Amino acid sequence: MSEEAKTSLNRREFFSFLAVGWITFGAATAGLASLVFRFLYPNVVFEPAMDFIAGFPDDYPEGVDERWKNGFGVWIYKKDGRLVAMSNICTHLGCIPTWLPAESKFKCPCHGSGYYPNGINFEGPAPRPLERFKISRDAEGKIIVDKTKVFRYEKGEWNNTDAFIEV
Amino acid sequence: MIKEAINFLSSPVYSFTGFLVLFWIALKRIDIVGTKKFGWALLIGTLLIFGWMVADPIFFSIISLPDNIPIIILNALVFWSTWFALYKGNQNDIRIAAGEPPIEGTPENREKVWAWPNLVYTELFCGILCTIFLVVWAIFFKAPLEEPANPTWAPNPAKAPWYFLGLQEMLVYFDPWMAGVVLPGLILVGLIALPFIDMNPKGNGYYTFKERKFAITAFLFGWLALWVFLIQVGTFLRGPNWTFYGPFEYWDAHKVVAENNINLSEIIWIKLFNVGLPKNILLREIFGLIATFAYMVGIVPLITKKWGHRYLKSLGAIRYYILIFLLLSMMSLPIKMYLRWFFNLKYILAMPEFELNL
Repeated sequence: MSEEAKTSLNRREFFSFLAVGWITFGAATAGLASLVFRFLYPNVVFEPAMDFIAGFPDDYPEGVDERWKNGFGVWIYKKDGRLVAMSNICTHLGCIPTWLPAESKFKCPCHGSGYYPNGINFEGPAPRPLERFKISRDAEGKIIVDKTKVFRYEKGEWNNTDAFIEV
Repeated sequence: MIKEAINFLSSPVYSFTGFLVLFWIALKRIDIVGTKKFGWALLIGTLLIFGWMVADPIFFSIISLPDNIPIIILNALVFWSTWFALYKGNQNDIRIAAGEPPIEGTPENREKVWAWPNLVYTELFCGILCTIFLVVWAIFFKAPLEEPANPTWAPNPAKAPWYFLGLQEMLVYFDPWMAGVVLPGLILVGLIALPFIDMNPKGNGYYTFKERKFAITAFLFGWLALWVFLIQVGTFLRGPNWTFYGPFEYWDAHKVVAENNINLSEIIWIKLFNVGLPKNILLREIFGLIATFAYMVGIVPLITKKWGHRYLKSLGAIRYYILIFLLLSMMSLPIKMYLRWFFNLKYILAMPEFELNL
């Protein structure tokens, strides 16, 4: 090949350079975008575990029990031989209601939704009752609460055998 | 005694109604409201009443919260700018009625100046003054340092930033999808659409009220009654558990207010017909569906016949029906508020199975 021929590109070489350039640029952009995307997700999540062992049913008094509320976001409610695990997330907009023992109700501080101790909504704008979590017993008879499975009243799921335990 | 009366009268149903009446009178008698004499009387009267209210320790403790100070400033600014616009509009309306041009259209005011330096200098100084103001504010009113966030606990009352308190108050009457997504979205889209809907060339470059009566009334209603007023309620009158407290009332977290709310389906099927709720969702919510459809679609021809036909002609069909849709969406908020206050109505259409509640 002569020297002059090397100084200019022919059409085919031009397009292959162009292709290499665009592919490199695209790959670099995609790599950067994926780094940015990864950065949106935290390295460590300080969230309560999704399931936990809640001791024996006899540990709980009749009515609403708040001992797991701060750690796991769960109220245990025992009534008429049934023990259930209730979510502490308001069904209106996701605030955390307060349990008011004197008035015997849950009351949300954000928009004033109120719930009976069993989680049925009666006050304020809440459109549906508090959700319940899957609850079961291990071999020793201890309670296991699994927050990954929820049971919703309006879908008729509260009588599901996983939604309560007999005590 | 007077304070108890004020506490009673400031409950949302009375204070909102009273506000609407005052709003209506103010726009009706703009020839009185839009005068300097009335402006001074209003300012002095407001300051006297406010001074008397501040002397009360409970009211003072509410308004002196760092979060609430911007709202006091907002109130002063809203008061001032609304009155000022009405005053200028009234002056021009009198001139126009007498056959003179508006003040902004007189020969000495038509003279033009350069944007640079006249405008840019003013903007620069405004920017500097705002910065100084914010720095001084940040020094004097410190942001509170609280414990680390805990996802299983919420403060009581849990209040949004002050500019969102109207939205939070709106959420008391609506499902989060409506008051949190649909209505705010419509507010934004509607405000963007306004210049394309409003074809009235009058009022360009000068203040007027009479030439733009409907546009100004509708906008001020949405802004003052449905946004600013609700911010006042959410800020000063909502305490623990988002219960209503009068301005001189101690925020007792155990104040019990009966507010058992029920859905339209329950009112009709259980209370009226005395039968249980039907199993079928569509049958259960049939009245809510009819009411919603009647409100959003059914009454449109009636409105057009009674009042809207001239707008239909001047705006064209597309603009006109967008305008009606926006107006009806806006009016759904006060309507829902009154239904809640009078009938304890929770939702007209309640389908929690599909997260759809109106």
